Amino acid sequence: MSQETVKRDPPWLMRTYSGHSSARASNELYRTNLSRGQTGLSVAFDLPTQTGYDSDHPLARGEVGKVGVPINHIGDMEALFDQIPLGQMNTSMTINATAPWLLALYVVVAERQGVDPAQLQGTTQNDVLKEYLSRGTYIFPPAPSVRMTTDLIAYTVEQLPKWNPTNICSYHLQEAGATPTQELAYALCTAIAILDAVQASGQIPPERFADVVGRISFFVNAGIRFVEETCKLRAFGRMWDALVQQRYAVQNPKQRLFRYGVQVNSLGLTESQPENNVQRIVLEMLAVTLSKSARARAIQLPAWNEALGLPRPWDQQWALRMQQVLALETDLLEYGDLLDGSPVVEAKVQELIAGAEAEMARVEAHGGMVACIENGYVKRELVQSHTRRLRNIESGALHIVGVNCYQETAESPLTAGSESGIMQVDAQAEREQIAALQAFRAKRQRSAVDAALAQLHAAATSGSNIMPSSIACARAGVTTGEWSEALRQVFGEYRAPTGVDASPSGLGDSAALLAVRERVRRTGEELGRPLRLLIGKPGLDGHSNGAEQIAVKGRDAGFEIVYEGIRLTPARIARAAQEEGAHLIGLSVLSGSHMELVEDIFQELKKIGAADIPLVIGGIIPEEDARRLQDSGVKAVFTPKDVDMNAIMDAMVTIIRQANTLESST
Amino acid sequence: MHPPETNAIAALATAIGRGERAALAEALNLLDDRRTSARDQAAILLSHLQHAGDSTKGQLIGITGPPGAGKSTLSAALITVWRQRQLRVGVLAVDPSSPISGGALLGDRLRLQTSAEDDGVFVRSLASRGQFGGLSAEVWPMSLVMLAAFDIVLIETVGVGQREVDISRMCDTTCYVAQPGSGDSVQFLKAGILEVPHILVVNKADMGAVARRTLNELDAALHREHPDGRWQVPVLATSATNHSGIEALADVMAQHYNALKSQDQLAARRRSYQAYWIHKRLHEEFGSFGIEQLGGEHALLAQLQTQDLNLLEHYEALRQGLYHRRVGNSA
Repeated sequence: MSQETVKRDPPWLMRTYSGHSSARASNELYRTNLSRGQTGLSVAFDLPTQTGYDSDHPLARGEVGKVGVPINHIGDMEALFDQIPLGQMNTSMTINATAPWLLALYVVVAERQGVDPAQLQGTTQNDVLKEYLSRGTYIFPPAPSVRMTTDLIAYTVEQLPKWNPTNICSYHLQEAGATPTQELAYALCTAIAILDAVQASGQIPPERFADVVGRISFFVNAGIRFVEETCKLRAFGRMWDALVQQRYAVQNPKQRLFRYGVQVNSLGLTESQPENNVQRIVLEMLAVTLSKSARARAIQLPAWNEALGLPRPWDQQWALRMQQVLALETDLLEYGDLLDGSPVVEAKVQELIAGAEAEMARVEAHGGMVACIENGYVKRELVQSHTRRLRNIESGALHIVGVNCYQETAESPLTAGSESGIMQVDAQAEREQIAALQAFRAKRQRSAVDAALAQLHAAATSGSNIMPSSIACARAGVTTGEWSEALRQVFGEYRAPTGVDASPSGLGDSAALLAVRERVRRTGEELGRPLRLLIGKPGLDGHSNGAEQIAVKGRDAGFEIVYEGIRLTPARIARAAQEEGAHLIGLSVLSGSHMELVEDIFQELKKIGAADIPLVIGGIIPEEDARRLQDSGVKAVFTPKDVDMNAIMDAMVTIIRQANTLESST
Repeated sequence: MHPPETNAIAALATAIGRGERAALAEALNLLDDRRTSARDQAAILLSHLQHAGDSTKGQLIGITGPPGAGKSTLSAALITVWRQRQLRVGVLAVDPSSPISGGALLGDRLRLQTSAEDDGVFVRSLASRGQFGGLSAEVWPMSLVMLAAFDIVLIETVGVGQREVDISRMCDTTCYVAQPGSGDSVQFLKAGILEVPHILVVNKADMGAVARRTLNELDAALHREHPDGRWQVPVLATSATNHSGIEALADVMAQHYNALKSQDQLAARRRSYQAYWIHKRLHEEFGSFGIEQLGGEHALLAQLQTQDLNLLEHYEALRQGLYHRRVGNSA
């Protein structure tokens, strides 16, 4: 077989979700990745940038440059894309609540590079609705959030016609526990909510509405059940095509295409025997490439060691090489659709469509997607699905190699090195970023900044499109925190339902759970009142799935749980623990800022005279840090390796017993 | 009781009077504690607080209504208004607990909408723990402690039916929050299932026509004169989201409190809450038989209401009396 005569499909866009420390450091990483064959960029922003705070805001402490790059102003954005010609780049930005702002900065960088904004290609994730259900980087209430989403869409359809203004995300729904059916249903319901809102805004004339529909793209997850996942993507394509034809009368088949990008599943990646994640990632990639008619437009793969901590450049390179081997070495791209005509696949697709349509009807009956987020319906469904999944792992009904079966392993050379196989963010990065920000603020012209912010405030109040004034702010040197604060004043802030019900899940009433429940009850009796556990989610990290599942399990085990949702300050957690009479504080931190946050909470507890309340923590916490945390007084550190949640509950009871001298600590 | 311990409790009571948060938290833990030694200490603590304080101090406000009516956002908005008026607010938020595991999920509501740094707000969650018709048995004693430290004590509880009865027998002012678009509230009110509140609120007035319709229905169903006399029950529209009607609601609550005070009803009412609580707890523990032993419900309530009694001390005394009688009978 001669290679040159075979006609091959062009490969998908290959990206790696990355960014860390500072704009300069991230720029270096991007240029290295591009030189290694990456064909697009996928920018990860740090949590303060995603939630609208400058690097020197008190809530940003410990978070600057951790899970992504800090962008405070136009200077940072210029540094991020230094020597990267935006006219030829395809840039995906995972940004939601502050999406109009980051796009405004991107447009101004293009201007300064001499690039016509109409040439810009890329994607702003810009799907705030899923942030209320998973991930948690929302700022404003749903109504103004939807309005800003539609403003960005309307603006780009006119001014940046090659831009994908929103990536409707089913990705994070799966991370929050969604089944394939739920993923289909909720993503499509979200798309309906957004498109209806754009229509209702009147910003786009009816005859151009098909152009809006044609620019809507999706961001999808692919889990390890890769046959079902492939079917899910075929179902997506078919449902979207029918939906936009019927609901929005889109005639042009090209504008009805289900265009999607993918990051394969991070939820299923394990901390135990992490090398096995390589197989998982490759199989999951097959799910989104196998069927030509349902193939991803862009793929980014997680690194094998994500459950351990932040991946290093070499880990990311490995993920890129997986894509290159599939696209360039194998013969996958030489054929038409491999699955067309398979009765097995067709039956599965039909089953998924039927299930998704039924769920969509339920959402519709409850008043649509926005209402179902506000009243907590969707979140509750997701928490229940996730609980079911975890109970199946616990019971062994769901196999995870190296986690609940085949746990014995030889020592891995991959994680044995001095840095334990993960990336360490430079502790200096936060300080340097803050110093640079303060220098930037001192240099700019205050009157221009005030004028631009006044213009933004006026647009937000009057309801005119938010983009032109945001771009003016970017030019004037406004900072991320100032832009967000101006809008916070107009729109207010919001807190989404946690989805955790008071009624027991009724799942997994195993002997182990009953034993823990008895011990919780007995210890409560000995201490005079029922055991109370305060679950705190400090910092800006909004990945609340772990905290929610601990809340559900704790309630099922008979604890009185106080859980107040995400983004709590250390002061608030300490005070709540005292006011509520908590026997134990359980923190959940996934952003890597655990050291700073724990230190702050200990200080706050001491300040209010509540230092005697014991504290445990769960999250993605490297072993070295876990040791240091325990030395500082944390009673236990739980990581993704601890899949037996009954054992976690039992350990917490023991800690409470020891803290109250019912048992001696040995 | 050893004197040093008594002194410590006296100091605790003083600290509560000064509004010290750590002391308040400790006292609430103590009132929640069912061990015998703790019950004795709690009784002493309450007697200190009751002796030290004016029995008409503070306003005890109950907010109730069906799930989803927006009680928590409304409470948070009210707290903001009260804080602007320099009033200190204690909150007891009651949530149902599971009859199976005994576990509960609490606090997913209020605190976040108030400031973390504000010393004038204190929120304690309570699980109903399946007792007392949905209202935790600890609510009344805890209210007494909170009244010693705050200008307003707000009790928030979910539910329709039995729970309103409980809350209206423990609060100076009961406010019922109706769900717009649901005819339930009107039906309950007509059927007498819903104890008549002092204030009726239709929250979510931002829902427009639906809210207006509910408001009109309630208005039509309601006899304006409250059964306890000399109070016209207002029906108000509020929107916690748009912050409209909140000031007016706070004003009406203050008016009701002033009316109770000017009619000299407050002290008597608080004695009646106390009597109701003692009666109800004894009934839960000893049943109708036990109440008969004490002369029957009517006589017991009448006797309990005649004087200012120390709550827990008196309750314990009656309880011990019944126990000994029981032991005596079986011996």
